[in-house]
Amino acid sequence: MPATARVARPPWPRRSWSHPRLRALVVQLAVVAVVGAMVALIAMQTSVNLRQRNIASGFDYLGRAAGFEISQGAVSYSSRDTYARALGLGLVNTLRVTLLGIAIATALGVTIGVARLSSIWVVSTVAKAYVEIMRNTPLLLQLLFWYSLSHALPDVRQALDLSNGVFLCDRGLFLPAPSWRDGALWLQRPEFVGFGFRGGTSVSPEFGALLIGLATCTAAYIGEIVRGGILAVDRGQTEAAAALGLSRRTTLRLVVLPQALPVMVPPTTSQFLNVAKNSSLAVAIGYPDVISITNTTLNQTGQAIEAITVAMAIYLAISLTISLSMNLYDRGIAGRGREALAR
Amino acid sequence: MTAYRSPVWCLALALSACSGGAATNQHAAPPPAQAQAARSTATPTLDGVRRKGFVQCGVTTGVAGFSAPDGQGQWRGMDVDVCRAIAAAVLGDATKVRFTPLTAAQRFTALQSGEIDVLSRITTITFQRDVQLGIEFPATNWYDGTGFMVRKALGVTSVKDLNGATICIQPGTTNELDVADYFRKHHLAFTPVVIERLEEGTGAYYAGRCDAFSQDRSTLAAARARGPNPDDHVILSDVISKAPYGPGVMPDDLRWMEIVRWSVYALIDAEELGLTSATIDQALASDDPDVQRFVGKAGGFGSMLGVDADWAFKIVKQVGNYAESFDRNLKPLGIERGINRLWKDGGVLYVPDLH
Repeated sequence: MPATARVARPPWPRRSWSHPRLRALVVQLAVVAVVGAMVALIAMQTSVNLRQRNIASGFDYLGRAAGFEISQGAVSYSSRDTYARALGLGLVNTLRVTLLGIAIATALGVTIGVARLSSIWVVSTVAKAYVEIMRNTPLLLQLLFWYSLSHALPDVRQALDLSNGVFLCDRGLFLPAPSWRDGALWLQRPEFVGFGFRGGTSVSPEFGALLIGLATCTAAYIGEIVRGGILAVDRGQTEAAAALGLSRRTTLRLVVLPQALPVMVPPTTSQFLNVAKNSSLAVAIGYPDVISITNTTLNQTGQAIEAITVAMAIYLAISLTISLSMNLYDRGIAGRGREALAR
Repeated sequence: MTAYRSPVWCLALALSACSGGAATNQHAAPPPAQAQAARSTATPTLDGVRRKGFVQCGVTTGVAGFSAPDGQGQWRGMDVDVCRAIAAAVLGDATKVRFTPLTAAQRFTALQSGEIDVLSRITTITFQRDVQLGIEFPATNWYDGTGFMVRKALGVTSVKDLNGATICIQPGTTNELDVADYFRKHHLAFTPVVIERLEEGTGAYYAGRCDAFSQDRSTLAAARARGPNPDDHVILSDVISKAPYGPGVMPDDLRWMEIVRWSVYALIDAEELGLTSATIDQALASDDPDVQRFVGKAGGFGSMLGVDADWAFKIVKQVGNYAESFDRNLKPLGIERGINRLWKDGGVLYVPDLH
């Protein structure tokens, strides 16, 4: 009979519960179970206590008529609609200001970042001053500043007529808007009737102040991130590109920025999330966003716990969407830059 | 070999032990079967107040005339006087009150969780607050309603002229709902500008951001008196809703609720009997049976309520009567008593006698 080689046996004993991986698994499961049980017990006891005191009684208030009016929004809404619809309107408003704010802040931020690295002294100093002012003052104060600037605009009855049906006053910027009339698309101009302008569309001072405040403040932070990213690229790359005869702009576009992007994307994701969360400061200037509507809802219904939970869930959803998209971008386009760096 | 297990199991045992005894404070309701019997005898709030030695009173963060700290940090106002009256009745000393400033968002949870004993915070009594939130409002100490302040230059004489106007409103107030309901009922349109804080809201109105400002009429009068050019602004005579303010308590202590109710009634009864903080001492020698019952010389009402016999005497001596409270707090702001007069003077203050 041929001698069969003995298969090497693992050095640990046969008893299955001494296997190190199984041991680790059991311990982890036990810890998770204990912590989970503790959390569940606390949650149960809290909900019982809250119900006894009539503090929290469920989410069915969302189906009741809200009873309050909201001034602006793309979605049609009246005081007969439910709290859920009011929150939906707040969500639309928040998304509007967040997305626009992100877009403007990014464009402005890249400009500021590149300007800071400019060889023209005036340009780089102005950019530096901008960044220092925006970063070192609280955002809330900046928002109140922009909002109070809007109060300095002329009264609605003496609105500035900027030709072609565009009016600017302390009630907002009124613009002509397309509308259907008699089967044709007309450009409807705003007209002053009674107490204010009718027809066309408007940008309220609250929205304007929030957008400008958020965008300018976040642009300063994004500018610094862009500057840091560009400076992180090896100097040798710029010198080599210059040796090859590439112009400064081509160097920036083809050599520096693709390598700087992987460095810039994660901190910029944080700044985008900040735009989303800082938009909640809208409540200080009267823009009807999620927090403002939540505030009104919880004052009217008294159900603070549920209302705040819903608001937190909404912000969590928005933030997760933003960070997920940015992570995909990071892996995609920015990732190619990382590969280029590694090669 | 088994050493790794013991910390984990010890932790599990410890956690299961402490989670079983989760904290319940004085407002935990007893099991439903005993609820009826327990309600009539348990006095958790009153016992707590006697044990602490003071009344914890929930007030606003600063609304002139109702509850606001003065230059020396002393709280003054109509609602503050109600809390002081309660303290005078229960503890014999109107200064034994501690104030918790609360925003509109915090006020009900603070009361429901037992953080405060009584909520005296220009709170309008509504169905939802009474029934759904389970808060009891034993008495009304101020009758108000939603009104509008507009610029005289607009030439507006009635609310119906405000069709299409922009109106500054505070979020979460009953005014917000009242204005929406009124305008819908009369098929009028308006654009709301909601600003949370009163100062910023009135600031926006004065800056021209809105055509009108809507709040309770007493607040409007106070804001107009303190604002620039009071003569350029007018408060419309239309009152589009009822807004009775009253102190709120939790329903698990009936005796406490009765004390709060009768403290407010005592302030009004004192005005009806003509008793003021200056004249109450002479009233001790009065022959009038109503006055004798009020100051505690007859009737034994104090012991029925579970307080000292001279509880009402102490209220008037240390706080004054309703008229004195009004003159001290709201008259300097230019607010009229309006319907907040005694019934025999043409108002709606009509409270039961101490009989």
